Amino acid sequence: MSLFKEFSKGIIRENPVLRLVLGTCPTLAVTTSAKNALGMGLAATVVLIGSNVVISLLRKVIPDKVRIPAFITIIAAFVTIVQMFVKAFLPSINDALGIFLPLIVVNCIILGRAEMFASKNPVLPSALDGAGMGVGFTCTLLLMGSIRELIGAGTIFGFAVTAGHIEPMMIMTMAPGGFFVFGVLVALANKLADKMGKKPVEHTGCGNCHACDGCSACESKEENA
Amino acid sequence: MKEMLIILVAAILSENFVLSKFMGICPFLGVSKKLSTAFGMSCAVTFVMVLATAATYPIYAYLLEPNELGYLQTIVFILVIATLVQFVEIVLRKFIPPLYNALGIYLPLITTNCAVLGVTILNFTKEFTYTQSLVNSLGAGLGFMLAMVLFAGVRSRIEASDVPKALKGLPITLIAAALVSLSFLGFSNIANNLFK
Repeated sequence: MSLFKEFSKGIIRENPVLRLVLGTCPTLAVTTSAKNALGMGLAATVVLIGSNVVISLLRKVIPDKVRIPAFITIIAAFVTIVQMFVKAFLPSINDALGIFLPLIVVNCIILGRAEMFASKNPVLPSALDGAGMGVGFTCTLLLMGSIRELIGAGTIFGFAVTAGHIEPMMIMTMAPGGFFVFGVLVALANKLADKMGKKPVEHTGCGNCHACDGCSACESKEENA
Repeated sequence: MKEMLIILVAAILSENFVLSKFMGICPFLGVSKKLSTAFGMSCAVTFVMVLATAATYPIYAYLLEPNELGYLQTIVFILVIATLVQFVEIVLRKFIPPLYNALGIYLPLITTNCAVLGVTILNFTKEFTYTQSLVNSLGAGLGFMLAMVLFAGVRSRIEASDVPKALKGLPITLIAAALVSLSFLGFSNIANNLFK
């Protein structure tokens, strides 16, 4: 039961994008269509599970002082594997994700889970935690990608839905649309959390990223909040 | 010269890293609350971007590429950047304490800032030369600074206004960012037309 909890918490209760506000860059950048969103989500999930498992296995070997560089190296290795795989078998996804495929390395979700969970827990819970967070990330990206593609191009996964009936709003697939849809989704998540008696998201951006523990820029920001 | 100006202006305005490429969103949302911190953070980012490009370009062009190790790009670049940031921190603390006091607190944040890794990789995707890459990185940093400083101003206005409860905090910040980003759409293709 508790193992299932490790998996399920990432999907809604601790959704990495809407509740923890991590990994905002890829969330905004690749959700121009449902297909790209799914590709990004799956790539990040594979890296998350792989790095969580390896970091959990090595958690007693890695010295505390160099843990962040060690984590980054492990994550970068998995990203390179995924990158080579996507390049070889899914070239269209590779072109669509472009620079954001190698940038999975610096995705806060992955480093955050390594630091917060995998470095303190055994292998099986860590793998499930990674899988849950990955599924949560993928679902949110897919939701955002579908909304933006539907309004911006009138299609979902390339299939015409409202195209031909309603003039699509191009702006939704461009940069401002990304910020806007993300803002509205976070507002909805806050509203739902409020109804269920939970707190809305407090921190914005890097305040949640545990890579910057003890960073005074973040502390001063929280004091001002 | 003209070509360099085009790259610089394009990187600052029409291809702004934050507002049209979505890189460095974390510090953009997290550290833009006060003008002074926003400015300090962007100075540090610009500094590290140019340094990182200066260091990674020769490594890729003269070490990885000729030995057919191009696939190691991601892993090598992130390690070089992480080391470089540590190194800069140590050098600044030892030799230029005033600069360290101004930028030091932002340095740990920068290793995991995707804008820095992003610009070093993008320079190769765009097939820039060494000088062009340096100019592009400088432009990317300045563009980041412009977005941060502008947005710090917008946020100080939001603080003073009455926002509906569900939109308080992050949602209204994102919607404001959408509007700022919308205004930057107006700059598209400005660089090529400006220096015709």
